[in-house]
Amino acid sequence: MSLVEVKNVSFSYPNGFVAVDDISFSIEAGENIAIVGQNGAGKTTTVKMINGLTKPTKGDIFVDGKNTKEYTTAQIAKMVGYVFQNPDDQIFNNTVYKEIEYGLKRMKIPADERKRRVEESAKLAGMTEYLNYNPYDLPLSLRKFVTIASVIATDCDVMIFDEPTAGQDLEGLQQLAFIIEELKAKGKALITITHDMEFVAQNFERLIIMCNKKVVADGKTKEVFYYEDIMKKARLKQPCLVEMSNRIGAGTTGLDLDAIADFISKTRTCILK
Amino acid sequence: MDAIYVKNLTYRYPTSEKDVLKDVSFQVKKGEFCSIIGANGSGKTTLCNAIRGFVPKFYKGTMTGEVYVNGNNIEQQELGELACSVGFVFQNPFTQISGVAKTVYEELAFGLENMGVSPEEIKDRVEEVLKLTKTEEFRDRNPYQLSGGQQQRIALASILIMNQEILVIDEPTSQLDPQSTDDIFEIIQLMKKMGRTIILVEHKMEQIAQYSDHIIVLDEGKIVLEGTPREVLTHEDCKKYKMRLPQCTTIGKQLQQRGIKLKKLPIILDEAVDEIKMYMGEGREFGCH
Repeated sequence: MSLVEVKNVSFSYPNGFVAVDDISFSIEAGENIAIVGQNGAGKTTTVKMINGLTKPTKGDIFVDGKNTKEYTTAQIAKMVGYVFQNPDDQIFNNTVYKEIEYGLKRMKIPADERKRRVEESAKLAGMTEYLNYNPYDLPLSLRKFVTIASVIATDCDVMIFDEPTAGQDLEGLQQLAFIIEELKAKGKALITITHDMEFVAQNFERLIIMCNKKVVADGKTKEVFYYEDIMKKARLKQPCLVEMSNRIGAGTTGLDLDAIADFISKTRTCILK
Repeated sequence: MDAIYVKNLTYRYPTSEKDVLKDVSFQVKKGEFCSIIGANGSGKTTLCNAIRGFVPKFYKGTMTGEVYVNGNNIEQQELGELACSVGFVFQNPFTQISGVAKTVYEELAFGLENMGVSPEEIKDRVEEVLKLTKTEEFRDRNPYQLSGGQQQRIALASILIMNQEILVIDEPTSQLDPQSTDDIFEIIQLMKKMGRTIILVEHKMEQIAQYSDHIIVLDEGKIVLEGTPREVLTHEDCKKYKMRLPQCTTIGKQLQQRGIKLKKLPIILDEAVDEIKMYMGEGREFGCH
């Protein structure tokens, strides 16, 4: 069985509003996956179900073989860490250090191990110099890294980042790319929701597209981005490299700049002959 | 007359140890679309707050220099008075949404109600803005039950409805999907066509390159680059200030490194495609094909 199994899952609110409609996919350890789709497509609802914050109204989700319906959110959260879309929904301690440490205290991890983990995850998230700051003295983009560090510290097998790229500058994006790489090396499964297609093209191997409450594509990023019809239907934009490749007639180039450069050079030479 | 004229502005928050803005001077013409870019912490939001008077009136701290809005020094204006000419859209939609309205419709009416606008006019303006921002389908939903991106559209709509001449918009698309981002830029373009002056803080370089008239780059509180999108985004100092560039500009540079000498570095995708096609097709001019 895979680390996470989402089986024919739907979610509807008590008022009947359907947020997720019959989706299925599975996730293996060490996979990094981007979920993209329009606002309201059901991305956040999907990941909140994997984290156990909400439970499917139809279908089942298994994390490490355990059906999320049969466990409390706290029990599931030990296996699946979730970084909220809005960091302010998550932060409540008065220093970055205590914020990162909080989850570890709840998990009854001994003090010296807590210290080690806080320092290590702060380092990974670029937060070392801010450990004594009040999180609310930091800008939103850095508060997001505080919440990311908190989740990394818990050392869950599955981690979910909900829109970590929002409002990040170049340095923030580079930090995120570094975190993604490191988590992969540690064998963590990482699910990231983002609207930044360029960031996805550069950092994720697998891509899930959601549209109108359903999963409409799931596969290798370097292939899925070239599915023009699905991208259009999901009202998404292809990354620059893909659109450029199509428009200059190079076709499917697997997000490979060298392949495009080759095509350009060959076409030019051919014409020059 | 300039819509905004900032002269030698230096500012420090009450609790900070150094100046957040350092001798900043610039002008924005009436009807101009001006984007402010720079790394997080470079002073962009503080500069926005200076234009709407919250720096220093609300945040206190020490300020030297002057800010003029429509020719008037804002030091002599009340915040409420200034709010009638400068609209402000917060970076975080969760901060902007009032929390007192049960529906999107009420949320949009809230600002106008506070200004004592007649119910008939409120109704007309709410309908107009719902249409303009493509948020009609959410009219009866609770703002807090909307997704982050949908909330961001409502936050923008709730400011558009106030009809101020100058709009200061702080990262209006940070939570938005690509299509909604385009929708927001469409609305901003429309505002520009209606003669509004726009000051925008954004990280999405594709849109900045395409829509701005004027770009200001802040680095550690100082203006380090300023000019048209082409002047700024193809400037060699972009690297030094760790600026994000439009993806097609980065790709253009990478192609150049691979020996593909494009005549000009593209800053928007259409330009990149034209440049590449021209490069590939140059042979034709010599009649070799």
